[in-house]
Amino acid sequence: MNNELIIEIDNLTVDYPTDNEPVRALDRVDLKICQHDFICVLGPSGCGKSTLLNVIAGFTQPSDGTFLMHGQPVAGPDRQRGVVFQSASLYPWMSVRKNVEFGPKIKGLPATEITRIASHYLEQVHLLEVADQPPFQLSGGMKQRVALARALANEPAILLLDEPFGALDALTRIHMQQLVRKIWQQDQNTIFMITHDVDEALSLGTRLLVMSKCPGTIIQEFSVDFCDRAIDEHTGRVHVDADYLALREEILDLIDV
Amino acid sequence: MQNKKDFNKNHRMLTLLTWAFIFLVWFIITRFNLVSHLIVPSPGEVIQTFIAIVKDGYNGISLWEHLGISMLRLLIASALAIVTAVPLGLFSGYFSKVGAVVDSIVQFYRPLPPLAYYVVLILWLGIGESSKVTLLYLAAFAPIYIACVAAVANIRVEYLLSAKSLGASGKDLFFQIVFPACLPDIFTSIRTAVGVAYTTLVSAEMIAATSGLGWMVIDASRYLKSSVIFVGIIIMGITGVLIDQGLKALEKKIVFWKGYQ
Repeated sequence: MNNELIIEIDNLTVDYPTDNEPVRALDRVDLKICQHDFICVLGPSGCGKSTLLNVIAGFTQPSDGTFLMHGQPVAGPDRQRGVVFQSASLYPWMSVRKNVEFGPKIKGLPATEITRIASHYLEQVHLLEVADQPPFQLSGGMKQRVALARALANEPAILLLDEPFGALDALTRIHMQQLVRKIWQQDQNTIFMITHDVDEALSLGTRLLVMSKCPGTIIQEFSVDFCDRAIDEHTGRVHVDADYLALREEILDLIDV
Repeated sequence: MQNKKDFNKNHRMLTLLTWAFIFLVWFIITRFNLVSHLIVPSPGEVIQTFIAIVKDGYNGISLWEHLGISMLRLLIASALAIVTAVPLGLFSGYFSKVGAVVDSIVQFYRPLPPLAYYVVLILWLGIGESSKVTLLYLAAFAPIYIACVAAVANIRVEYLLSAKSLGASGKDLFFQIVFPACLPDIFTSIRTAVGVAYTTLVSAEMIAATSGLGWMVIDASRYLKSSVIFVGIIIMGITGVLIDQGLKALEKKIVFWKGYQ
């Protein structure tokens, strides 16, 4: 694939200051993210996968190394990189629609355009009928869909998902995965997702990064294409074959040391 | 849901019974002359006095004027406190430099009993309305200011981070995220502040005034008109409850998402 290079991370290190020795959360990470990549990051807790996402989002500044987006250094969070957290973090004082309109409104788009964008993305996550409700009346899965629509409404160059389905029940999670997969295929987004669920990573990602703890770094990368060839259109579940199982075992062995 | 309704109903019943019991004890004590009616007037006397005051006023001033002037003092002071303490508190919480300037001043005067600095205010502003309103203003300012500073510190980090990732910064971030995120705490503090101001109001009127509910009570005490004292206290109590109920209703309407964050 010779898609456009979006993010270039080189020798990235993050130290968290503590009272004694600074703690090294990320150790010399190299990563290139290209247009239409669907990257899934797996690893034990404390391996620095959230730190990596925070750096890409602009929430955390690297202690060493470079992080370039479109060839430019990143100073802080901005609308180029949309984030969805594990807890939806919707603004309860705004209706569902206003939440989705927030980004376009800040951007200063004309009112009709704002409405059009919000309707489009609410439609895409099948929530147009609850647009005027306050978000706290929605179920966990619906909230997460609003959060997704809110991030998408800005049409960011890359979407960062921090264990977005971690708090959802198994069935809702499969529906969410189906939805994200469909949006990714339709809109050709670039996605960087953290997960602790190997099956989720295998069924969604095009590139799987496995990280290790102490030092927090990427130890292996796998290119996969189950999302293209092995997904049941109807149920959204993967047709498990021998390749899939072998890879799954290999990844679990890597994570579970 | 049904259970909760029954539960609430039971509780309202308990509240009513408590008050019925209080009135019963009051009635019995006075009916059988267990204490002098100068110390505890009978319910009947209090009601008669109430009717008389409603009709003819107290000391040539009608009850509504007494109540009105007290409420006006409270209203002006509370309104001033809200419009100054909320922005200042939010700024102090948001910009640490503002906090460094304002915080210590508020922390210094907050634990002082209001009546202690009331003397100073009288010295500077005289015994008229301005010293009273200033006193109430200061009493109401501190709880709101402190709650606003704390509220900013307690905003969910994800609200701020997600807003920044959506492109918000500066003014947008402050007015569209920080301010509404703090609103539930702001409202709670306003209820506290109005309560504090109200207690201070009555004490202020007891020191230097010629009208107001507090003044009516203190004046009556000089002549041992205990039924007037009781009328005054009961009116103050009921007004206090009504004000708080009003604020609560307003809170429910404006901060409709409270408890759902």
